[in-house]
Amino acid sequence: MDFLRPTTWAEALAAKADRPEAVPIQGGTDVMVELNFDLHRPAALLDLNPVAELAEWTSGGDGRLRVGAGVPYVRLITELGNRLPGLAQAARTVGSPQIRNRGTVGGNLGAASPAGDSHPPLLAGDAVIEVESAARGVRMIPAAEFYLGVKRSALEPDELIRAFWMSPAGGPQYFSKVGTRNAMVIAVCSFAIALHPDERRVGTGIGSAAPTPRRALAAEEFLAAELDWEARLDPAVLARFGELAAQAASPIDDVRGTADYRRHAIGVMARRTLTWAWNEFRSGHFERRAG
Amino acid sequence: MRVTFTVNGRRETADDVWEGESLLYVLRERVGLPGSKNACEQGECGSCTVHLDGTPVCACLVAAGQAEGREVRTVEGLADGDRLDPVQEAFVECGAVQCGFCTPGLVVQAHDLIERVAQPSDAEIREALAGNLCRCTGYEKILDAVRLAAARKAAAS
Repeated sequence: MDFLRPTTWAEALAAKADRPEAVPIQGGTDVMVELNFDLHRPAALLDLNPVAELAEWTSGGDGRLRVGAGVPYVRLITELGNRLPGLAQAARTVGSPQIRNRGTVGGNLGAASPAGDSHPPLLAGDAVIEVESAARGVRMIPAAEFYLGVKRSALEPDELIRAFWMSPAGGPQYFSKVGTRNAMVIAVCSFAIALHPDERRVGTGIGSAAPTPRRALAAEEFLAAELDWEARLDPAVLARFGELAAQAASPIDDVRGTADYRRHAIGVMARRTLTWAWNEFRSGHFERRAG
Repeated sequence: MRVTFTVNGRRETADDVWEGESLLYVLRERVGLPGSKNACEQGECGSCTVHLDGTPVCACLVAAGQAEGREVRTVEGLADGDRLDPVQEAFVECGAVQCGFCTPGLVVQAHDLIERVAQPSDAEIREALAGNLCRCTGYEKILDAVRLAAARKAAAS
């Protein structure tokens, strides 16, 4: 096995072009588990820790945030919690403090596990993933097109994940996750919601209840058509939203839960998160906090 | 490969390190610091918690090569000679140690908490220690120890 240590982004891209089979390692919270248990022995590890720019985030000219793939969860919580509240909530449920000190959204995207906690809020918040290769340059991939299958993504073998782009929240965002305790839990299933009041639209993300993280598209379209943004939440609309969200899932039975349970829980979490978000929106609390 | 890094203030070089090896293995088997414990090897138990450039991490999830040129502080580096660190002292006094296997990780993690948060609430203590498993104590005496260490630190400053 080789251990590659590029110190700049250009060097990292060159190394990945030269050794497409190299496995990138950032926080190591997934990659090292595979190595420790000898589940996977890659020909090379590509250490991205020394590439300092990956651990930075900036606010772009169009107001969107560009968050480097190497920014650990703990910094999403402390530095971006107000601007990306849905993602920060999800980040708080990742592993333990030790894991959040090392784990990154970039790693979550690279692993592309359907259970990754950051995926649902990325989907609900219309995130775009910036990937790059030495040969073809930058590609911007909407999160909804990034996940292709269980642990499979749109990332090509010679590409690395540079950053994700996301607008600061324009409305309340919530994340909910089912697990056996509040810490150290891989999601049985999870759900994220993001209100986009300016567009009279609601974004969603379903986690761990399909081969990939996915949006509940029919549920989003239903809300775009039926939601009265000037009124209290209609219980019939809420109930139908939960049903449509549950129908968007295609879960399996596994050690963490049954398909039936997951489908049920997605419906419950969809109703719950919409209620939380709606109450915050109607109370005017979101505007006050953001202002 | 060769890995050179600083451990508890001392420069260490390890040779013939396998590229897929963890920092935990290097510490225990190559540098002679067995304080950090090897249990789950998947970041679930916190027994191998060390400081990497001042941040608590699971040493089992850091690739050895990622420690190159960096600063590591293990449980062995907390005491000042024969004088125990206040967190270690509090663990002894409160009876927070039974079999002792989880203790090094808990001590390092608790040490980080009271460095960052002067007077942690119970919720903050529980949150900080959520990734450290103990199968003996039932955690109550561990919580007592962290409260005591935090109170003494606050009183001293």
